Amino acid sequence: MNGFALYGRYVLASIRMQLAYPASFAMLSLGSFLVTIVEFVGVWALFRRFGQVGGWRLGEVALFYGLVSVIFAFADAVSRGFDVFGSTFVKTGAFDRLLLRPRSPALQLLGYELRMTRIGRLTQGVLVFWLGLAMTHLHWSPWAAPILLFAVMGGVALFSGLFVMQATLSFWTVESLEVANVLTYGGEAAAEFPLNVYASWFRDILVFAVPIGCVTYLPMLAAIGRADPLGSPAWIGPLAPAAGFLFLGLALFTWRFGIRRYASSGA
Amino acid sequence: MSQALALCPYLAVFAGRLQLTLQYRAAALAGFATQLWFGVIRVLIFAAFYAGGAAHAPMSLTNAITYTWLGQAFLAFLPWSADPEITEMVRNGAVAYERLRPVDTYAWWYARALAWSVARVLPRAALMVAFAGVAMPLVGLGRWGLAPPSSFAAAGLFAASLVGVVALSAAITQLINVILVATMSDRGANALAGSVVNLFSGMVVPLAFFPDALRPWLRAQPFAGLVDIPFSIYFGALAGWSAIGGIALQFAWAMGLIVLGRWWLGAVMRRLQVQGG
Repeated sequence: MNGFALYGRYVLASIRMQLAYPASFAMLSLGSFLVTIVEFVGVWALFRRFGQVGGWRLGEVALFYGLVSVIFAFADAVSRGFDVFGSTFVKTGAFDRLLLRPRSPALQLLGYELRMTRIGRLTQGVLVFWLGLAMTHLHWSPWAAPILLFAVMGGVALFSGLFVMQATLSFWTVESLEVANVLTYGGEAAAEFPLNVYASWFRDILVFAVPIGCVTYLPMLAAIGRADPLGSPAWIGPLAPAAGFLFLGLALFTWRFGIRRYASSGA
Repeated sequence: MSQALALCPYLAVFAGRLQLTLQYRAAALAGFATQLWFGVIRVLIFAAFYAGGAAHAPMSLTNAITYTWLGQAFLAFLPWSADPEITEMVRNGAVAYERLRPVDTYAWWYARALAWSVARVLPRAALMVAFAGVAMPLVGLGRWGLAPPSSFAAAGLFAASLVGVVALSAAITQLINVILVATMSDRGANALAGSVVNLFSGMVVPLAFFPDALRPWLRAQPFAGLVDIPFSIYFGALAGWSAIGGIALQFAWAMGLIVLGRWWLGAVMRRLQVQGG
C-alpha cells in the first residue's frame, strides 16, 4: 500500500471515530464556528466607528480575514498529530511504537487525527469571505481562482510547518510547548488584517521570519488586482505562496534532525 | 466560633487549590507570552484604526490601549469552561462522592472555582503589568503601554471592582459546572460559553464600540461586569456614582447567579446520574 492510500485509510478511520459521537461532534464544531465568528463581529464594530483602516474597507478586510481562516482551519485539522506530539507521544513514550512500524513517523502522525470539528472555523472563513465578495466590487484578476488556490495550499503547508516545528521542539522539552501558539494561533490572528496596517517591525516578522504574509497578503493583492501600498513588485504576489512549501521543507528537515537525537522517555 | 468553624472546609479547599494551581509556572509563562503577542496585535490594530481619524471613536487611543493590556493581564478571569477537575469527576463517576461530603456542594465548588481563577490570574497579571505598565514606559514606549489608573479614587474603585469580577466569574463557572453535571458532558456548555463570554464581556472589542443604541442593554447584562465595567472604572470612563453603580451591578449579578446556580445544582444533585465505575 502506498503512502497516499494508507493516509486515506487513516483519515477514514478518524472520521468514523469522530462521527461515532455525533452530538459531541456537532457541539465542538458549533463552538469552533461561534468563537471565531464573534471575533469578526468585533471587526465589524470597529469599522462601523472608523470606516476604514490603512485604506481598506470592511468588505476588503473580510477577504483577507476569510482567506487566512480557511487556511488555518485546514492546517489545524490535518496537523493535530504534531500539535499534541509532545504530550501524547514523547512524554508517554508512545513515539517508540511509531518508530517500530515500517512507515515514516511523519505520515503516521499526519494520519493520527483529521480534526473534523475544524469545519466550524472553515464555515466561518467561507462565510466571511463570501460577505467580503458581496460587499465589494473589485477588478478581480482573471487568474484569481488559481492564485487563491495556490495561496491556500501554500498557507496550509506553512502552518503545518509551524506545527511540525512545535513537535520537533518537544524532542528537547518532552512537553508540548504552549508558547508555539504564539506563531500558530497568533500568526492566524495577525494575518486577519492586510499587513500594511501594521508597524514595519511587526510586518517584517510576518514576511521574513514566519512568511505568513507570503501566503495571505501578497497573493490576495494579486488576486484583487491591487498594487501593494508597501510597494512590493506585482509579479511577486502569485509566486509568494511557494514560501509556504519552502517553510514546510525546512520544518521537515529539522524534524529529521530531531528524530535522530530522540531518546525515549522510557515510560 | 461555630460559624468560623463552618467556614473551615471551604477555606481549606480554596487554599489547597490555590497552592496547587500556582505550581504550574511553565503554563503561566506560556500564557503570558501568548497574551503578550495578542496584546501587541490588538494595540497595533487600534493604532491603525485611530490613525485614519478618530472622530467617531468612543474612547481615546490611550484608553483603548490600556483596556487592551488590562484585558490580556486578567484574561484568565474569563469563565470559558467548566472546572476541568469536575469534568473529570463527571466522566469517571467520582462526582457521586461529592454527595457524601458533609459540606454544601455549591459552596465547596464555588471555593474551588475562586481559587482556580485567582491562581491562574495572579502570575500572568503580575508579569503583564510589569511588562506593559513598568518596562514599556521605562524604555520609552509608554504611549503604547498600560497607563496608570486615572486617579487614586479610580484605583480604589478598580480594586473593589476586581473583587466583583472574581465573584461573578466563579458564579458563571458554577452555572457551566451545573450544566456539565446535568448533561453529563462538558461539550455543550463549553462550546457556547467561550463565544458568549468573549463577545458580551467586551473582550473581543470594548462594549463602547458597539452601536450606541445598544449601550444601556450591553452595560446591564451580566458579562459586562467581567471586563467592560472594571476597565472603564480603571481609566475613569466610569467614575463617582456611576462607578459605584457599576460595582453594585457586578455584585447584584453575582448574587443572582449564585442563588440560581445553588438552587439548580441542588435540583440536579438530587436526581444525579453517575456513569463509569
